Amino acid sequence: MPQLDFDIITLGHGSGGLLTHKLLDSGVFDVLKNPLLDARHDGAVFPVEAAQRLAFTTDSFVIAPIFFPGGNIGEIAVFGTVNDLAMCGAIPRYISLAFIIEEGLPMTEFWEVLLGVKSAAERAGVHVVTGDTKVVERGKGDKIFINTSGIGIVHEQASISLSRVAVGDSIILSSSIANHGIAVMAEREGLQFESTITSDTRPLNHAVKRLLDEFGASIHLLRDPTRGGVATTLNEIARDTKLGINIRQKPIAIDEQVYGVCEILGLDPLYVANEGVFVAIVAADAAEAVVERLRGELGSEIGGHEAAVIGEVVSEHPRQVVLQSRIGGRRVVSMLVGEQLPRIC
Amino acid sequence: MKYLSEYRDPELVGQYLNELHKTVTQTWTIMEICGGQTHSLVKHGLLAMMPSGINMVHGPGCPVCVTPLNLIDKAVYLAEEKRVILCSFGDMIRVPGSKKSLLEAKAGGADVRILYSPLEAVEIAVSNPDREVVFFAVGFETTAPANALSVLHAERLGLNNYSILASHVLVPPAMAAIMDDEEARIQGFLAAGHVCTIMGIHEYEPLVEQYKVPIVVTGFEPVDMLHGILMTARQLERGEAKLENQYTRVVQPDGNPDARAVIEKVFCVSDREWRGIGTIPTSGYEVRSEYAAFDANVKFDVHITKAPESSDCIAGQVLKGLKKPHQCSQFGKSCTPISPLGAPMVSSEGACAAYYHFSQAASEELQEA
Repeated sequence: MPQLDFDIITLGHGSGGLLTHKLLDSGVFDVLKNPLLDARHDGAVFPVEAAQRLAFTTDSFVIAPIFFPGGNIGEIAVFGTVNDLAMCGAIPRYISLAFIIEEGLPMTEFWEVLLGVKSAAERAGVHVVTGDTKVVERGKGDKIFINTSGIGIVHEQASISLSRVAVGDSIILSSSIANHGIAVMAEREGLQFESTITSDTRPLNHAVKRLLDEFGASIHLLRDPTRGGVATTLNEIARDTKLGINIRQKPIAIDEQVYGVCEILGLDPLYVANEGVFVAIVAADAAEAVVERLRGELGSEIGGHEAAVIGEVVSEHPRQVVLQSRIGGRRVVSMLVGEQLPRIC
Repeated sequence: MKYLSEYRDPELVGQYLNELHKTVTQTWTIMEICGGQTHSLVKHGLLAMMPSGINMVHGPGCPVCVTPLNLIDKAVYLAEEKRVILCSFGDMIRVPGSKKSLLEAKAGGADVRILYSPLEAVEIAVSNPDREVVFFAVGFETTAPANALSVLHAERLGLNNYSILASHVLVPPAMAAIMDDEEARIQGFLAAGHVCTIMGIHEYEPLVEQYKVPIVVTGFEPVDMLHGILMTARQLERGEAKLENQYTRVVQPDGNPDARAVIEKVFCVSDREWRGIGTIPTSGYEVRSEYAAFDANVKFDVHITKAPESSDCIAGQVLKGLKKPHQCSQFGKSCTPISPLGAPMVSSEGACAAYYHFSQAASEELQEA
C-alpha cells in the first residue's frame, strides 16, 4: 500500500481536488493499470467490429460486511457484473467501477477492496476502464458501496434467450448452492458459527465460454441465481416463459455445513444467495454431455464436480415451479415474499 | 447429515406410508399442534402422499400467529416512541400490528434488531448502557427457558437497562380450549415435540383422560410425522385413547427439569389472549413480580387501545382447526403474505402462509398480477 497521507477516507477524497487525484494517482490507477484507463479520459474509447453483438449490464453492491469468508466487496463487484455478462452468452471485456465511500473508511480497508477488484479483474480477464469515486458523510453510507457496469462481446455461437426455452429442455445446476449467503450470514454480527463455509464468489465466464464453444445453440438460457437463490431464478423463468418447471430435490448439491446452518436458522437453501453458480436450460439431448463437461476439467474452477440435471421444463402447471422432495412428495416452490436474508449482495 | 437424513429417508417414508394405507379404514381428523409440523407436512409434500382417510388439520402452535395485535403495537410503540433497542426473533418483525409492523418501524428509523438468542439482547444491553434494551419474548414453552435465562443473566450482571416484553403461550390449555369448542371435531393430536422436550409429557395425561383423544408426542421430520400419524391412527382404529411418545430420541417423559426450574423462577402462569382465538384461562406466562424490573410491561407504562382484527379474517377458525386455510374466501386474494389480513399468513410457520407458499395459490396469484 502506498503512503496516502491519511489513515482514513475523508470527504476531501471525493472532492475532485488534490486529495482525489492523489488517491487515484498513487492508488487506483496504479493498481488497475491498463491502456484504456491510462488514457485518463472522461470515458473509455474502444473499437468494436460491426458484426459483433454487445452485451451491457450494471449492478450495485452494498453487501455488509464488506469482508467475508471467501471474498470481499471488491471481488464480488467485479464477478457479479462479469457473471451477468456471461449469462448473456458474452465474453466480458470492459468494466466500469464507481465507489461511494462513507467518510471514515480506513484506508487499509479501501486498499484491500481495491486489491480485490484487481485480482478479480485479472482472474476474469477484464479491464477496469473507467470509474468514479464519491465520498459521503459518515452515517450516510455503509463503509463502501460499489457500482460496476460491464460490456462484453456476445459469443458467436450463443443464442441465449427466454424465447428459446422449450418444453422438454433440461435444467442444469452448475455446482452446490447457498454457500455465499450462508458464509456472509455466518460472518454477520450476532451469528457465531464455527464453520469453514466460504462464499462461492468466482467468475463463471471462462467455463461458460467453453460450454458455448462446444454446445453453442443447445444452450437455451443461462442465469446466475444470486439474490433470492435458485428458487427465485426458476420462478422468474417459469413466469416469463409461461411454462412449467419441475425440479427434484435429490440432485441439488448442498454442502453439509451449509445445510446444517440452514436447518438451524430455518432457512431454505433454495432461496439463499449464490455468487458463483449458474442455472443452464439446455436441449435435452445435450444435457448429459454438458454435465459431464462441468464435472470434468472445464468446471474445475467453478465447483462443477457437483453439477447435475435437476429438472425439466414442462407444459403442465404453467408459470409454476414444482419440486419433488427427497421423499417423493410434491410441492410448489413459490416466489419469496420478502427478504430471507437482508442485504446479502 | 446425522439425525437428519435418516429421518428424511425415502425408503423409510415409503414403509410408513404403506403401513398407514394398511391401517386406515375410515376418515380420521388429526390435528398437529405445532406450526413447525405444519410446515414440515407441506414442505415435504406429505399431505398428498397420505391415505385420503387421514385428514390433517393445523393447530395453533405458531407463536407469531397467536401474539395479540396490541402487543405488536406495544413493541412498535416502545421502538418508536420510547426509542428503545427493540430486539426480536426474525419472523416476528414482519407481523403487522394495527398500524405497522416492526419491520416498517425499523425502516422508519426505529432501532429494531433481529436476534437468534435472547442472550444476545443482554449483550447489547451491556454494550449500550445508556440505552434501554427490550427483548420481544415470544413463544411457547420451548423458548421460555432461554427468555427466562436472559432475565436471570441480566440480573446477575446488575443491568438496569434490560427488560422483556413477554408473550408466552402454553400448549395444553389451548388443546383443552379447542376440544371445548362446540364445533370441534378433532379425534387425535400430534403434540409438539419441542415443547415436550422442556415440559415432559405428563401434563397431557389429563387431556387424554378428559377428552378421550389419543395424543402422540411427535417430532418434525417426515419420518417422525408419519410415525406419529401412524401411532395416532392405530389408536383410533382400535378405539383407544392413550398418551404416546414418538419423539423418544429427544423427549424424556419428565422433560428438562433444569429448564423448567428456570421458567418457574422468572415466570408465573397467567391468562393469555391468543390472537384469533381470544383469552384462554391459565394459558400463558408473565414475568413474576419479583422480576418486575425486567418486565417491559411494568417498566414502560404503555396503554395501547385494543385494535379490532379484520372482520374478513377467519384466523381463529383456522387456528382451532375448524377451517383449512384455502377454505377462507380471502385466501390468496385480498390476503397474501405481501398484505396479510391475519397472522397465520405472515409467519412461515403459520398454516395460511405454509399453504400459500407450498401450494398452487401462490402462482395463481402471480398469474393474475
